Amino acid sequence: MTRVKKKTFVIMTILGPILIAALWIVPIYVSTLSQGMKTVEILDETGLFFDQFQSDEHIRFIPIFTDLETAKKGLIASGDDALVYIPRTELNVPVTAILYSTSQTGMDIKTVVRENLRKQVEALKLKAKNIDPEILTSIKTSIIINSIKIDKDGLEVKSSEEISLALGLLSGLIIYMLIFMFSSQVMRGVIEEKANRIVEVIVTSIKPFQLMMGKIIGVGLVGITQFVLWIVFTAAIIFGFQIAHPTFKQNVAQIENFTATAPASSAQSINMNEEITMDPNVFTQAFEGIQSVNIPLVLLTFIIFFLGGYLLYSALFAAIGAAVDNEADTQQFMLPVTIPLLITIILSGFVINNPQSQLAVWLSIIPFTSPVSMMMRIPFGVPVWQLILSIILLVATFIICTWIAGKIYRTGILLYGKKITWADVIKWISIK
Amino acid sequence: MDLIRTEEISKRYGNFVALDHISISVPKGSIFGLLGPNGAGKTTFIRIINQIIAPDHGTVLFNGEALKPQHTDKIGYLPEERGLYKKMKAGEQAIYLARLKGVPQHEAVSRLKYWFKKFDIQNWWDKKVEELSKGMQQKIQFIITILHRPELLIFDEPFSGFDPINVDLVKNEILRLKDEGASIIFSTHNMESVEQLCDNIALIHQSKVVLSGRVNEIKSQFSQNLFEIESPQHDINSIIPLLPQGIHYKNTESNTSMYKHYFKLDTNLGHNDLLKSLLPYMPIVGFHELLPSMHDIFVSTIQNGSLSENQI
Repeated sequence: MTRVKKKTFVIMTILGPILIAALWIVPIYVSTLSQGMKTVEILDETGLFFDQFQSDEHIRFIPIFTDLETAKKGLIASGDDALVYIPRTELNVPVTAILYSTSQTGMDIKTVVRENLRKQVEALKLKAKNIDPEILTSIKTSIIINSIKIDKDGLEVKSSEEISLALGLLSGLIIYMLIFMFSSQVMRGVIEEKANRIVEVIVTSIKPFQLMMGKIIGVGLVGITQFVLWIVFTAAIIFGFQIAHPTFKQNVAQIENFTATAPASSAQSINMNEEITMDPNVFTQAFEGIQSVNIPLVLLTFIIFFLGGYLLYSALFAAIGAAVDNEADTQQFMLPVTIPLLITIILSGFVINNPQSQLAVWLSIIPFTSPVSMMMRIPFGVPVWQLILSIILLVATFIICTWIAGKIYRTGILLYGKKITWADVIKWISIK
Repeated sequence: MDLIRTEEISKRYGNFVALDHISISVPKGSIFGLLGPNGAGKTTFIRIINQIIAPDHGTVLFNGEALKPQHTDKIGYLPEERGLYKKMKAGEQAIYLARLKGVPQHEAVSRLKYWFKKFDIQNWWDKKVEELSKGMQQKIQFIITILHRPELLIFDEPFSGFDPINVDLVKNEILRLKDEGASIIFSTHNMESVEQLCDNIALIHQSKVVLSGRVNEIKSQFSQNLFEIESPQHDINSIIPLLPQGIHYKNTESNTSMYKHYFKLDTNLGHNDLLKSLLPYMPIVGFHELLPSMHDIFVSTIQNGSLSENQI
């Protein structure tokens, strides 16, 4: 109750999606803004290139014919954005050019200039070797491997390793983050109540176990509410933005192309061309890949494992909160409790690449690691018995842990100013 | 009739015995002082009454019935270590806690308004607790403790942190609550307030009840038969040899125009014997027995207790 009303909750609920949406929108929007018309002067001493630069809606190329010094001065005087100087070389094809600019040009001018130069140089080289560019284009092949999963009934399902990988990793990490975030909130709540001493008054009205469960369930519901609101708001903002800016989608594609090109071209890679001309097949493939994953199953298991994992860890965190006097003292107890979660994250790379390996199977069945590991495996397909076993174990462990945590909690919350050791905690559990 | 009656309750934590066969009765409509040095087991006892923890042995009767969860709504507890949610508004918080004790929302609001008005703190309603001073928070917490009109009130050091004016305010409220029929368990180290408020006491020391009963009875039990005679006559040396056996003159103190003469009597003599012996010889303006203060009783009991245990 009080948590929902807190200002921070309201702020985070509203701010969260704005931040997430901003992460998507801002770079795209900013790039749209900066893509005003740019004017680039071309000083081509070789005379081979100046007519190859095609102006488009973003960059206008103007060939100039003077010497370099005059051109430089002219650049400053004209206020144009940049000057490309292609010096004459002894070889018949130049490989370097200099880009003079009045301000930071940004990657796009450089990329466009380079691409233009490269194409022309390649064409010249081909010409020199008497190779028809047509032939070269016809030789270029892009290989697409469609992976198909055959299930027990012999039904063929198109599968996409990449999509499963991304989905598995994403859901695993989200579940890890959520469990950690909300469980810590429970812990902080318990510490706050204990530090306040209000707990002494409250336990005269309700049982400590009820108080603990109330806190866990309360924070859980707040968390779910916040999470759902985030998703709704984020979707709404992005959707709204798309309507407000019809060019948005187009820009997204452009940016994706751009970002895909940028690092590679800065690494002076030559083989980028194939990737730039994105095969439409990749999109359809990705789409089919998503279809091949059982989305309702993923969502359902996500909710089950999130709840199970959250209840398990929040009970443990509540017990930790009850055992200590302030947050600084939580470390010694936090570590052993969080190690299983950390292990799953450390091993996530392995699990995601070998989802059917023994280690991955075990990790996804052991209750303390299962929420994260199982979510990583689910998109790849998990045998039903493993799934059920894992859920049963998770629920059983959560019940046992809550029971133990309740005992620690009951004794811990009323004990002040004492440094608690593991021995004390074990003693508390054995108290009737 | 007793509102609270504990029969032989014991509680141990591991090897440490916190309570050792404690039997206490709190009569209805009275103030009961729960006394004892730090670590004697008072808090454990209070927590058992509050059903925060259960005793290992023994029973607690509330109004003649065995203590059960429903009884918590009839108990108000002001712990020594007190606190409230700092970020919550004072009024909101009081209502929330009252509702936890089973008071309906509208009822809680109207009662709280009454109390805020009575304590003249209406403008605190919408203040966050952290904005209030410690004394103000104490006041709020006092109101919270009594808001659900409990039959039994447990106050653990209720006056700590209050200025003298507020001490009187709270003291009067406690007495008024008693007049309205509430029973009060009052735990404190302030012996002066015990004398002012308590009808009965129990002194717990090293997990056991070492002394219990009505305050005035305990006082006479500890009486040393010491009397003070107030008289304008200073010189009584001529009288002393005339006094019967068993009456011993102690000393004389003077203030302003009066003199105070102290006499100690043997146990077989009463105050009338002293008066009879003195009246023929001197004018008497004032007379009263010197009873030991609760402070003295507390100290001597605890020290004797420790001494006797050391001797064993």
